[in-house]
Amino acid sequence: MLTLNNVEVMYNRVILVLKGMSMVIPEGKIVTLLGSNGAGKTTTLKAISGLLRSEDGEVTDGYIEFNGERIEASDAETIVKKGIFQCMEGRRVFEHLTVEENLLVGAHTRKDRHNIKEDIQKVYRYFPKLEMLKNRQAGYLSGGEQQMLAIGRGMMARPKVLLLDEPSLGLAPLMVKEIFSIIKRINEEEGTTILVVEQNAKIALSIADYGYIMENGRIVMDGPVERLLENEDVKEFYLGMSDKGRKNYREVKSYKRRKRWL
Amino acid sequence: MSFFLQMLVTGIVVGSVYSLVALGFVLIYKSSDAINFAQGEFLLVGTYVCLTLVASYHIPFILAVLITLVFSAILGLVVERIVLRPFIGKPVISMIMATIGLSSILAGLVHIIWGHETRVYPKVFSDKPIQLGEVVIAPVYAWSLVIVVVMLVIFTLFFKYSKLGIAMRATADDQQAALSMGISVKTIFAVAWAIAAIVSAVGGVLLGNINGVNSSLSTIGLKVLPVAILGGLDSIPGAIIGGIIIGIIESMTGGYLDPMVGGGLKEVIPFVILVLILMIKPYGLFGKKEIERV
Repeated sequence: MLTLNNVEVMYNRVILVLKGMSMVIPEGKIVTLLGSNGAGKTTTLKAISGLLRSEDGEVTDGYIEFNGERIEASDAETIVKKGIFQCMEGRRVFEHLTVEENLLVGAHTRKDRHNIKEDIQKVYRYFPKLEMLKNRQAGYLSGGEQQMLAIGRGMMARPKVLLLDEPSLGLAPLMVKEIFSIIKRINEEEGTTILVVEQNAKIALSIADYGYIMENGRIVMDGPVERLLENEDVKEFYLGMSDKGRKNYREVKSYKRRKRWL
Repeated sequence: MSFFLQMLVTGIVVGSVYSLVALGFVLIYKSSDAINFAQGEFLLVGTYVCLTLVASYHIPFILAVLITLVFSAILGLVVERIVLRPFIGKPVISMIMATIGLSSILAGLVHIIWGHETRVYPKVFSDKPIQLGEVVIAPVYAWSLVIVVVMLVIFTLFFKYSKLGIAMRATADDQQAALSMGISVKTIFAVAWAIAAIVSAVGGVLLGNINGVNSSLSTIGLKVLPVAILGGLDSIPGAIIGGIIIGIIESMTGGYLDPMVGGGLKEVIPFVILVLILMIKPYGLFGKKEIERV
């Protein structure tokens, strides 16, 4: 339903960040986009959600299609209304608003105002902790709670596609597990299509149906998760395993395995 | 004692008008981080428009005020669209410079259209003073207070509960994140400017009724800046309390100290306070603290 075809993104008319990026996000699935720092993952999300423009970036080539409509030239507001919602990296909750007000802001573009109360309750069912904190200023929440709030705020827009930018950032392993199991549930119970960008490849691959691996502004590898998990390169570079199982510092070789896809 | 109470009441009334105008500063600062130096001229334009409607076209006062409000809202929207919109995303300082230019242009226009001699509103409120115990209040003061309180309540509710109000606060917190919620930041800016123009116009009309109208009324704009800074530039309750504090201090200085030094001190005191506040509390009394989780 969401297709990127050969997308090129330039910042400030000089810096080429995406160099012919193509991917397909099928309806109702969880797709994960993996890659090292600076590969262009966040830029990809912003190209989809229309947030590039406020940072002087633009799609200079290729196209992005959502349900048959071209969206690469639309502004963020229109794209949210069409049903694509990005949860930005670093949570970005509105610190001086209460938890409940944050959720209300998430529903800003909704026309069916009378369903909003119900949806707030639904978010509280997914994240019971938020209900206890609903009158607390969001800035004083813990990192995990803020991440829950950011995702809950995204649900309030009733998006068809939810773009999650590193939901595991700065969270304890247990919290990461909890958040990802809820993401999975949202996908299964609400039917929301999810594109999740992650550094933590292991947890992302554990819930995703399909994975893309990105390097230097383009996709270097993709496939169903089962296939990616078996791939030697993915194991070595993203999951920290070598052919002998988990790596041990005593046996670290002085040479590095070469990536086969380069 | 009755003199003290009299000064107190005067201070509260004038201060409440300051609060209202300070709200304009706060809104624009919150939404775009800029200080609007044309606030005083907004006030001036609003006052003159209302005066013209009442004095020259003999429109009933209440209706004239309503027309002025609509006019001011449109003025705010137009100014935002033409003068400020091109500066979105540019350094804040250039936006501030633009408002200084704007203030000169508006002041010039007011001179051309309305001249510069002092004019008075036709009598709107009755002259018969209201007796409250020892204190005597002119009806115009009482009504000013009522109108300001009503407006402040309306705006407080607006920001607390309305969809647009919450969106405005969200935008003040994090513009990019607000954008990602599908909030149109341009609309938010436009509304902030419209409201700023409206509150200034109301403030101007009230002060015009109290003191008469001439172009020096625009200096109120500068006088209100200390109010906004005292309360914290980004705090709405701060603006309200700051306004009343400055109003009372000003009126007390005028009542007790001015006779001793031969007058004029009351004009200076707000700025002395401004400097002191900035030294002790740079964010003002209720300024937003950056929430930092470590």
